[in-house]
Amino acid sequence: MSGHVHKDYIGAKFGMWLFLFTEILLFGGLFILYAVYLTRYPQEFISAGSELNVWFGGGNTMVLLTSSLFVAISITALRRGAKTLCLRLLGGTIACAVIFMVNKYFEWSAKISHGIYPGSEHLKELQPGEMVFFNIYYLTTGLHGLHVVIGAVLIAWSMFLIKSDKVNADDFVILENAGLYWHLVDLIWIFVFPLYYLILH
Amino acid sequence: MSEEHAHIVPYKTFAIVWIALLFLTGTTIAVAQYDLGAMNVWVALGIATVKAGLVVAVFMHMKHESILFKLSLLTALTMLAIFIGFTFLDVLYR
Amino acid sequence: MSETTATAANDRGFWGEANYPGIFGWIFSTDHKRIGLLYFWSVLTFFCVGVLLGLLLRLELFAPGETIMSAQTYNATFTLHGVIMIFLFIIPGIPAAFGNLIMPIQIGARDVSFPKLNLFSWWLYITGATLAVTSLFTGGGPPDTGWTFYVPFSAQTSTNVSLAAVAVFILGFSSILTGLNFVTTIHRLRTKGMTWMRIPLFTWSLYATAWIQILATPVIGITVALLFAERVLGTGLFDPAQGGDPIMFQHLFWIYSHPAVYIMVLPGMGVISDIIPVFSRKPAFGYKAIVVSSMAIAFAGSLVWAHHMYTSGISDMAVMIFSFLTFIVAIPSAIKVFNWLATLYEGSILLDPPLLYALSFILLFTIGGLSGLVLGAAAADVHVHDTYFVVGHFHFVMFGGTGMAFFAAMHYWLPKIYGRMYDKTVATVAWGVIIVGFLILYISMKVVGMMGMPRRYYDYVPEFTGLNQLATVGSWILAIGLILMFVNIIHGLFKGDPVEANPWGGASLEWQIPSPPPTENFGEEDPVVTHGPYDFKKAGIL
Repeated sequence: MSGHVHKDYIGAKFGMWLFLFTEILLFGGLFILYAVYLTRYPQEFISAGSELNVWFGGGNTMVLLTSSLFVAISITALRRGAKTLCLRLLGGTIACAVIFMVNKYFEWSAKISHGIYPGSEHLKELQPGEMVFFNIYYLTTGLHGLHVVIGAVLIAWSMFLIKSDKVNADDFVILENAGLYWHLVDLIWIFVFPLYYLILH
Repeated sequence: MSEEHAHIVPYKTFAIVWIALLFLTGTTIAVAQYDLGAMNVWVALGIATVKAGLVVAVFMHMKHESILFKLSLLTALTMLAIFIGFTFLDVLYR
Repeated sequence: MSETTATAANDRGFWGEANYPGIFGWIFSTDHKRIGLLYFWSVLTFFCVGVLLGLLLRLELFAPGETIMSAQTYNATFTLHGVIMIFLFIIPGIPAAFGNLIMPIQIGARDVSFPKLNLFSWWLYITGATLAVTSLFTGGGPPDTGWTFYVPFSAQTSTNVSLAAVAVFILGFSSILTGLNFVTTIHRLRTKGMTWMRIPLFTWSLYATAWIQILATPVIGITVALLFAERVLGTGLFDPAQGGDPIMFQHLFWIYSHPAVYIMVLPGMGVISDIIPVFSRKPAFGYKAIVVSSMAIAFAGSLVWAHHMYTSGISDMAVMIFSFLTFIVAIPSAIKVFNWLATLYEGSILLDPPLLYALSFILLFTIGGLSGLVLGAAAADVHVHDTYFVVGHFHFVMFGGTGMAFFAAMHYWLPKIYGRMYDKTVATVAWGVIIVGFLILYISMKVVGMMGMPRRYYDYVPEFTGLNQLATVGSWILAIGLILMFVNIIHGLFKGDPVEANPWGGASLEWQIPSPPPTENFGEEDPVVTHGPYDFKKAGIL
């Protein structure tokens, strides 16, 4: 160990997984509400949900899946000593995050310009079930978007550490944990996409 | 230290999983064009679960982690299922 | 043993070694013992504030009508009393303070898995506490919703609920980080020979607690976040006018807050499980049963949340099933009580202050637990719901349980941390006064509740005057006992006689190192464990 403090890789990863569980249960609260209100307002959820654009949601799904691929490969690259490739892949991940958020911006703007946003006059004219749908849609995608931003910041921070060789082929748990967080963002979206954009058609 | 590092996953494995994920995304969009009634939700959730399983097992290396990680994940998901399921004891029978 | 005892008197252990000068050596320290003490003193400060508010509430109820405060002030005061006692005292009390102080030593570790995260948890706690206090003086004034923040009132009141919700979110985050730190530590940092069945029961209880902290706390996070969003953004997910369902708020709130009851009481049970064998000089009876019951409580405690909602309009089906499950939770709790009694049976009892507080835990928690069954039975609950019977019940389990365990832990472990002993006679007298005050105060509440006095009002009908005055007098006796206990213990910790490494004759690891412990707990070599935590023969105590 040459006088180094022993780094507990498994412990660090386990701690990160425990944190991911808390994220799953945080979104879990919203999924509970979604399930309950879907059961109560099946027709209204269908009529409101059909206003969401499958192509925005589907496109963003592709973007996130690809970004997850980049992160996964970047760890293999770093461990094989391909530092430049690793950094490029992580750059690609952040680019995906930006594309995702830009998409989201256009999607939300379109809704808002149609007068559909929490507390709007137009929303108040809709059926109660439709109001619930749009409220929970904004809250879920908003919270998810916040996680995309946090995840991108974590990836950027890992890039900085890789550049300065503080994270390297032998000591890469920070990148691995940032990657785990990023995959979680992807995981949540894997469920958000069909629940909000698809099953209501 | 070496025993703590899981083996390096080759690029190819990740690429195959990625293609599978894109394929499943296409499938779920395609299936959604047909009205399966009450099954809509369950089919969509089923495909999403398969996708999530792939991401967790391969992208997140769960396949190579110890039983502790796997049991912990199972515990967390079980609790979420209980929270949702038990809430429906109220919602379904109110 | 004898060498460590001799050096203990003049060696100040970790007290002498700070990384930064003065207070910075504390608030920026990543040493688990220093963080534990930061928590201890912060938690104790808020406990004292909470007690003061409680005394004011009792004073208002001394006579019918307005006595010392208006209805609105009373509402804000009981809200604050609840928020402070729940979120700032009981939840972090034993795990964050004594868990940090003792748990790593008990498993032979030099610190927790993530020391920086541990310090960050304390900073989050302080941030959350500061925001909670700030919410009193800003915005529309102190929240008046009760600590449960039920919608629709909490979504509509003009008082500063939004900031309080942010505070609760941050405090929850702090609790989560402590939990994940402890689970990782207990899995990864046990020393050689510290097998799962040699872990002291206190650490086992923290392990069970930490899992609840990880898996339940995020749900309160999203709940208060949604409340915040409803107030600030108008996303009325709980607002019937927008198709929402207020009862769903109660579901989400109790999905966390019922398991949180076990976050509060499990570590207390762990303290008791550690103390009783030591002062009976007998191995813990049914060690494995206590371990299993801790995990069973953690699990089963997550299945019963809706028993707080029998009268809210949930389905009859839910009422029946949740009522049934509530009775199941009583089983592991009872297993613990029976095991404690069996440990005491035929032991050579040392009636020192830690054991006295532990015994009062058993008595008061059992009374409180049995009244909990009255409330768990749906048919009986309908009659006493929202009466003072409920208030009496949860003070019995929370104060009589966790509070007494906190005091027991103070008397048991603080001499180890400070290396000095308090006056045992005064501690015993204080204990007696506290118990008398406690029983007068909370039995009166239960009786007046059975007679039908509703909770959360600043006023009552004249028929209830006698019992309310008795309760208020009880609160004064209790307060005197608390002052006596705190003055005695604080005086002892700073001015008391130096204490040897193992003043009580414990067999677990924390008693094998000097008092106070050195910075990294153990010397050059990590300890090797060869026997169980209550094997007094092999430890050479007997």
